[in-house]
Order: sequence, then structure tokens, then C-alpha cells
Amino acid sequence: MSRMHRNGPIALLFHTLVVGFVLAPLVVICLVAFTPANTLTLPTTQVSLRWFAAVFEHPDFVASFLNSLWVAAIAATIAVVLAVAAGLALDRYDFRGRAALNALFLSPLMIPHLVLGVALLRLFALLGATGSLVWLTAGHIVVVAPYVLRLVLAALSGLDRSAEQAAVTLGASSWIVFRRITVPMILPGITGGWLLAFINSFDELTMSIFITSPATVTLPVRMYMYATESIDPMMAAVSALMIAVTAAAMLLLDRIFGLDKILVGQG
Amino acid sequence: MSSARAGTTPWLLAAPGALLFTALVLVPLVLTFVLSFHVYDTASGVKDETTLAHYATILTDSYFLNIFWRTLRLAALTTMLCATIGAPEAYILSRMGEPWRSIFLLAIIGPLLVSVVVRAFGWSMLLGPTGLVNEVFRALGLGTVKILYTETAIVIALVHVMLPFMVIPVWTSLQKLDPMVEAAAWTLGASRFTALRRVVLPQVTTGLLSGSLVVFGLSASAFAIPALLGGRRLKMAATLVYDEYMHELNWPLGAAIAILVLVINLVIMLAYQRVVEARARRTLG
Repeated sequence: MSRMHRNGPIALLFHTLVVGFVLAPLVVICLVAFTPANTLTLPTTQVSLRWFAAVFEHPDFVASFLNSLWVAAIAATIAVVLAVAAGLALDRYDFRGRAALNALFLSPLMIPHLVLGVALLRLFALLGATGSLVWLTAGHIVVVAPYVLRLVLAALSGLDRSAEQAAVTLGASSWIVFRRITVPMILPGITGGWLLAFINSFDELTMSIFITSPATVTLPVRMYMYATESIDPMMAAVSALMIAVTAAAMLLLDRIFGLDKILVGQG
Repeated sequence: MSSARAGTTPWLLAAPGALLFTALVLVPLVLTFVLSFHVYDTASGVKDETTLAHYATILTDSYFLNIFWRTLRLAALTTMLCATIGAPEAYILSRMGEPWRSIFLLAIIGPLLVSVVVRAFGWSMLLGPTGLVNEVFRALGLGTVKILYTETAIVIALVHVMLPFMVIPVWTSLQKLDPMVEAAAWTLGASRFTALRRVVLPQVTTGLLSGSLVVFGLSASAFAIPALLGGRRLKMAATLVYDEYMHELNWPLGAAIAILVLVINLVIMLAYQRVVEARARRTLG
């Protein structure tokens, strides 16, 4: 049975080429980051950490990294709170306007980030709020909340409600039921959603590039601006660090929720 | 599943999110739509008078039409390449045994989570005049080929970024296919190719179609890839909007282009929803 479904040599060759194509740019970045040379070359005889050290000598890169970290952590946290509340409303109740609300919450997935970026730029300009870290974070919440909402809705719809009903019968208030039963049961959805939101916010470029100011530049925007002006191995070192952060979050996601489930659900 | 006692509770729960999304999605979109009809003057900026001139300009001026044509052409090419690479790859993955299947599935869709700036930078290193690709060309005696800052570079990197969006839906629809059906076709005398064409392909067409729509929509509005790999000269719709906003400072014209990009995307997304719904109906009925 399993023999019949083996891939032939041509299929495996094709597969090797595809995997090579997918991993090539990431592997090259991680190798070049360790070059001792002044140009983008692969390290041949020796490896050096000088370009990693150079990153930390650039205060603007460090500031942008901290900006990104804060924006992503706060945006993901608020997105989780909003998505759990909205998820409960959408999953548990049948009310007028439910479909419209659902469409509103998922709409950022259908609007190109470019369009969200220029739209928010216009709003912030009219409000005099350009360059505000708070409004930048608010923009990020809107972009990442749909991902959390989808995972929370999936977790809620797969939930066995009998434990909740038992708690209600035993006299628990609805807040106690929510805190002691519902939240623990959907916790994988919540933590998975938070991490996915964090990664998406941490990586976001196209919207942020319109609504950041010199003081609020996030790491991807800083990297973009740096890459358009000069290219040296420091870019590779920053990129390698970003790959490391993403990979760490990915491993965590995989442990908590199963990365294939999250990403396949994301299509 | 949904209990019927409505009342105010669901609204109270959804209100904070609904307010935020209205303020930061709906209102800004309406403002941008209005902005796209405002007169722009290089000396005094945005004026209160309204005009259709920006839409007339972008739909008639050959400079803009060339960029839109390039955007659609490269997005279509990316979609076709993603389909020809992603669909067979999903099929090969689905025939692998564990643990390889999970490992390679993660290897292929995992880069989705790496920032697009990082991936674009990786390609600019690979494709540059001193990059690895050109070193291989030189070793083969082909000389140095200019790839970076050409449409080829944009398409290569776009395919790289979009491939997971094609593999995922095709993979999902292959999961629903019982491998024994294909085996049954062989037993009944069908060649491997016939079984693939008559049994497997019809199963994955919806996955292929929805993947294509997503890839096309995302490619047509991609920003980082054309900006970093196309250079200043080779613009696509998104980099054009960026230029109008940040360099020309002609926000109304930029807004008109952004609205056009949005409308094209919404049409594609509606088509996508139709495909997904049709698939859901078929699996239910």
C-alpha cells in the first residue's frame, strides 16, 4: 500500500529543487551574516561575529528593534482581548448584524496592507497623530486581530460546552465560568493567536512604512530604508537575527498549536 | 451551537472591536476615497474642490498604464509559476511518509512567517552581479547576467514569497482525496498519467483556483519585492502609490491608485469567496 504511493526519482528531484529554492535566500543570509569581510561574501576560511556586533553599535537599529518589540507585544495582547470578546459574541449568540460584524472583523485580510497604510496615513494626518506610537500600535491591532479571531473562533466552535453547563448548574457566575472553564479550554487558540499576531506585527512592512515617523520606525521599515541606500553584511546580520526571532516563535507555535494547523488554516 | 437569547450581551462583547475597526478601517477608507476626488496643486497642496482628473489621468496616461500593465503581467506570471511549482509539490508532499511530510511541509510554508524584507534582501544577495547565481553562471562560462533590478528578479522573489499560498490550498484539497481512489484507477488499467489527470486533477482544481486568486491578489499589491528587487525604474502599482505619497506628495493621485488597487483586490476576493463556498456546498451535498 505505502509502496504504491512512493514518489518516483523525478518527483524527488523536483521536490529537492523546490525545497532548495525555498530555503536558498534564508540559508545565504544566515551564512553571509558570519562573514569577516566588508562585502556580501560567503565566509570561506573563518567566521566572524563582527557584523552582529555592528548591529548593536547602531542605536537606530536597536531603537527600531525595541519599537517593533513593543508594538508587536502590545498589539498582539490587545488583539487577543478584542478577539476573545468578539469571538464569544460571534460564536455564542445569534443576533442582527452578526454577519456584518464578522465581515468587519475579517476585512483587514481582504484589504491590501498598502491600502490600509495610505488610508491610516490620511486619518492620522487629519487627526494630527502622525508619528504617534500609540496610533501605529492601533493600526497593527487591526491588521493582526483577524488572525487571532480565526483561531479563537475555531477553538470556541470545537469546544464541548457540557463543562460550562455543569458549572452554571452548580451556581457559578458567568464571569467565573468564563475565567475558570472557557479560557483554559480555548487557551491553545489564545496563545497560538497571540504568537501569530506577534509575528505578523513584528514583520509588518507595507502598512507601517506609511505611518511611521523617524521616532517610531519599526525594524522592518528601518531595514527597508537601510537596504535602499547601502547594502553591507550588517543587513545580513540583522536579517539573521530576525530569522532567529521568527524561528523561535515558530517553534513555540508548533509546540502549542501545531504550526501546520495554524498556517494551513491561514490560506 | 449559537444560543438564541440575543439581547445586548453580544453587542457589548463586540463593541470595543467594532469601534476600533470602524475607526481604523472603514473611516480611513472613506476618507481616502473622498481624498481621491480632491484637486491637487503642486504649490498649495490638496484643495477643497472635487475632480475626476486623477482617475482620468491614471486610466489614460501611458506612464501609469505601463505600470498597471506590468503589475498585471507580473502578477499573472507569478500565479502561473506558483501553480506549476506549487501544485506538483503539494502532490509530492501528500505522498510522502511521516516524518518527512511534516518536516518538508513546515520547510515550505514556514518562510511565510519570515519578514518579506528579509526574504527580498536574501534574493538581492543571490541575484546581484557578485551573487551566488552569477558566480555559478561565470563558473559555467556564461558570463555575468544582469538579473537584479529586472522583471525576472521581481518574479523570482514573488514566486518565492507566494508559493506557500498555493501549496496550502492544494494540499488541503488533496487531504480530502482518498489515495485508494487513485490506486483503484491504476487497478482498472489507467496509466499513471491518466489517473493523475482524471482522478487527482479534478479534486484539486478548487484548491488550485483559490490559491491562484490569493496569489494574484497579493502579487498585484506587493510592495517590498518590487521596491527592493525592481529598483527605482521598474515600478509596480504599490511602489507607484508609495512614490506618489512620499516623493511626489500628490496624495489625491496616490489615493486614486490605491482605490483602484483595492477595487481589483475586492473583486478577486469576492471570486475567491465564491470558489470556497462552491467547494463547501459540494462537500456538504
